[in-house]
Amino acid sequence: MIEPADATPAAKLDDAGTSTDRARPPTLTEMSHNAGSVRSMTRPSAPGASTRALPAVDGTEPLIWARGLVKRFGDFVAVDQVDFDIEKGESFGFLGPNGAGKTSTMKMISCMSPLSGGTLRVLGMDPAADGPKIRSRIGLVPQEDSLDLELTVMDNLMVYGRYFDLPKKVIRERANRLLEFAQLTERANDRVDPLSGGMKRRLTIARSLISEPDLLILDEPTTGLDPQARHLLWDRLYRLKQQGVTLVITTHYMDEAEQLCDRLVVMDKGTFAAHGTPRQLIDQYSTKEVVELRFGADEHENIAPKLDGLAERIEVLPDRILLYATDGDETLSEVHRRGFTPVSALVRRSTLEDVFLRLTGRTLVD
Amino acid sequence: MGYFAYQYKRTWRSSITTSFLYPILYLAAMGVGLGSLVDKHSHTVDGVSYLIFLAPGLLAGTAMQIGGNEAMYPIMGAIKWMKTYFAMLATPLRVVDVLRGQLGWIAVRLAIVSSIYLGVMAVFGAVKSWYGILALPAAIMTGMAFAAPIAAYSARQERDVGFTTLYRFGLIPLFLFSGTFFPVSQLPVWLRPIAYATPLYHGVFLCRGLVLGNLSLWPAVGSAVYLVALVGIGYWLAGISFKKRLIV
Repeated sequence: MIEPADATPAAKLDDAGTSTDRARPPTLTEMSHNAGSVRSMTRPSAPGASTRALPAVDGTEPLIWARGLVKRFGDFVAVDQVDFDIEKGESFGFLGPNGAGKTSTMKMISCMSPLSGGTLRVLGMDPAADGPKIRSRIGLVPQEDSLDLELTVMDNLMVYGRYFDLPKKVIRERANRLLEFAQLTERANDRVDPLSGGMKRRLTIARSLISEPDLLILDEPTTGLDPQARHLLWDRLYRLKQQGVTLVITTHYMDEAEQLCDRLVVMDKGTFAAHGTPRQLIDQYSTKEVVELRFGADEHENIAPKLDGLAERIEVLPDRILLYATDGDETLSEVHRRGFTPVSALVRRSTLEDVFLRLTGRTLVD
Repeated sequence: MGYFAYQYKRTWRSSITTSFLYPILYLAAMGVGLGSLVDKHSHTVDGVSYLIFLAPGLLAGTAMQIGGNEAMYPIMGAIKWMKTYFAMLATPLRVVDVLRGQLGWIAVRLAIVSSIYLGVMAVFGAVKSWYGILALPAAIMTGMAFAAPIAAYSARQERDVGFTTLYRFGLIPLFLFSGTFFPVSQLPVWLRPIAYATPLYHGVFLCRGLVLGNLSLWPAVGSAVYLVALVGIGYWLAGISFKKRLIV
């Protein structure tokens, strides 16, 4: 077992899990009342059952099942003892700043990177033993496109399909459908190199679907794309979800997570800072609404203390003050009643971004 | 799996053209042009005209260059730049499949280029024996004896500076001094053992002997075993390098 040097209380809870009498992990409902940091994102198990034991193989087994998952590179711990279940047909998000351990987790799930510790079952199989078999049922959209730039769009799909040992006829038939789906039909015989970023991304997604996978893993699918390309991609992913494909998505775009994910975890420094549905996370970690106030430069630090008591939480940023409140309009009226006239004021609904920034901090991470 | 056959599609047009042009230009310039000078003064080299002496040497030397080249940038590029190996590894393919595919492709390319070379040689009248057909597998093995160990090296490279060094201090001297352009017996006595130890010498020895039909059995077996052993060791080392680099 791995003992993290700086084990947080939550980590210690997981370390205790090596023994079979470990308490069952809190259920989702319990979790949503627990505002503290959490590591587990698992479905409730039978009372008294060991959470370390492998899940039952009776059709109710989750598609992905991870306990105490660890990934280390030398001394650096990229993923630090996380637990999660991903059910068939759901769309599950890993959110987090750069370097949070999302990609390492994706690589372990897609059986490309061996675990440094813990247990992982994907599609009911062990990645260490059945890597090729699992990968034959997974589609992977890596963070960096790995298309063959010198081949045509169609040939990229043909070659990739051959890697899955599919007959050429089947690949060609699927490729035509996928190009339609990815809106690339008219580029089928063009080389990949000069295509736009959005087109390459769509082709990468089409390519990952050539084997008709049960599980699609998308590592930052829309990073670097313009809004049109992003919306098109979202639409395509939404359709896949409707068709019953299980999606696992990493992203640092909150709107993307809100659009696509049924459930998500916020990852930070290799552990889970929070989990739940987008709505649950907002309810739990933020208020219903947020009032953004802008005053003159340098005034924010002075004014903020005088707004005390107007909101559940007040955050002072260099360019604005954020008031986290249940009723934004009411709070804003109160601000005016106290005699403050901000240069601009905005009342908006709380978003996942507020949750994200609260949980992972505003400092820049690289 | 035959998937490397697909990669062939990428560059076949340009590679076929150079595959024809390279031997024709070389044989015309060096064999006919330079050869006429050589033949005028000493009449023969090792008992044959210079063109006929040179041609099998060039065959083996070209196989070495292709084997080496194809195992340098394409492999490092597939890891570092294009990430194509990682795309393959997201599929049911294993690291060993990727390695076999890459080396298999190099062998296919060597077979194509060497066949063309042999054909051009035949047209120039430089294939004197039916054993010359066996020069094709000999040339492929020569190329692979370089490709496999160099693949092991390339897979570990972070930058391409090593390739220039390898080229300058490895492949080019070998190309010039391994009995390709003149018999090793022309080298100073102390240099000869080094030449005999190089893989290209054995490749040239085999190709020349087969094309001229004057090869004796045991030295030929010795050279062939040497080349096969290099391919085997290279393959084994490349397997280690590929795993180390691709599974992280």
